[in-house]
Amino acid sequence: MKNLVAFPLLTLVVIIQMAIVSRISLISGTADLMLLFLIAWALQTQVQTAWHWALLGGVLVAFASGQPFYVPLIGYLGAVALARFVQGLIWQTPVLALLSVTFFATMLMQLFTFFVLWFNGVPLVLEEALTYIILPSIFLNLLLALPVHAFIRDLALWVNPVEEMV
Amino acid sequence: MKDFFSRSAQTTVLFLVVAGILALALSGSLGFASQGFNSILVSTQTWISSRFGAIQDFLTVPRDVLALQQRNIQLEADVARLQAQVIQLQQQVAETDALAALVKFSRSNPQSSYTAASVIGRDPSPFLHYIIIDKGSNQGVLRGMPVVTEKGLVGRVDAVVSDASRVQLITDPNSAVNVRLESAKREAILVGSVSGDLFLDFLPPNFTVEPGDVLLTSGLGGGFPPDLIIGQVINIRKRDSDLFQQASVQAVVDFTQLKIVLIITDFQPVDITPLVPNP
Repeated sequence: MKNLVAFPLLTLVVIIQMAIVSRISLISGTADLMLLFLIAWALQTQVQTAWHWALLGGVLVAFASGQPFYVPLIGYLGAVALARFVQGLIWQTPVLALLSVTFFATMLMQLFTFFVLWFNGVPLVLEEALTYIILPSIFLNLLLALPVHAFIRDLALWVNPVEEMV
Repeated sequence: MKDFFSRSAQTTVLFLVVAGILALALSGSLGFASQGFNSILVSTQTWISSRFGAIQDFLTVPRDVLALQQRNIQLEADVARLQAQVIQLQQQVAETDALAALVKFSRSNPQSSYTAASVIGRDPSPFLHYIIIDKGSNQGVLRGMPVVTEKGLVGRVDAVVSDASRVQLITDPNSAVNVRLESAKREAILVGSVSGDLFLDFLPPNFTVEPGDVLLTSGLGGGFPPDLIIGQVINIRKRDSDLFQQASVQAVVDFTQLKIVLIITDFQPVDITPLVPNP
């Protein structure tokens, strides 16, 4: 039942993303708050609903954004897949997992967006996209990853309490 | 006998002295001495009084510090409240100024109908230069309507829901606007970029364009009404090896500071897609 918190929480994330985070840019890049929330959620070992959250987050962002609807859907599902994979490998060092997944997921998602837009006829140049958008966005995401992870860790403990071994 | 005489003499002398002083005083001859005495008396009293006041202040200071601390806290709270009020009022003044400028613009361009809208967000993707405004189909906004500020062209409505719309800015990489160079009387196409810069692209080599040339919408293509100001040329990139020249454009609108915009609601964009020949 507590998993229903995803609806108000992710809606709030989209609102904050559009109203605040998207206005704070580094060169032309911005942080992706939804991506950070989904990665942090998927990296929690006790969480079983990471895919549901990714789907919901993708739908919400697809509704609000001007990019093709499947871009955020596939992008967020891919990021969760990467997070789940990495979490299985290096679960004992969550910060390392968080930062590495944030780095690669942001890069993959931005490159995916770039190529989809490019195939749809938007005149984009990869070098410009890397310089102006992708690298600054990665930097901003890495900057926000830790506070988002701290918040999500507490939320995950509230939604899925872990039984302590005595 | 001798003692008696001596005492009587002393009494007599004393009496005479006192009587003399009284006589002098009554006659007004002692005014100077009286004034000097009074002056010394007042000075002494003033000195003692001021020292007493200082000692009293010193002894009562602890009680006053508490009162002052409470007063200080109260005043700090008042200052904080007033500062918040000042900020609110400054925001209201800024909004009023912006609205006044928009009203002035709409009055000076009475040929069009306008609906004012507040900018409430930006697209989540940094690749796309879109803004979200708080007016939608319920307020008569339709897809394709041009959006302006008092300074110039902003973009066009790209998607509409009941109470909000998404506006594609002219800085979007996928945006193309037919423009006219005011001085050269020539048409060109203005395109955006991922960095938010504007360019006149694919200009023929013989196309004369100078820094400072003003750009207006040409109205060609039916996407925008003519004669909306966009910006001016700031520099031209022209190399002998290139087939085309390119010009950078400085927009008159600051797209990072958009707060209130005007939607031109009586403009019907023309869809020329069926007229474009398929290859």
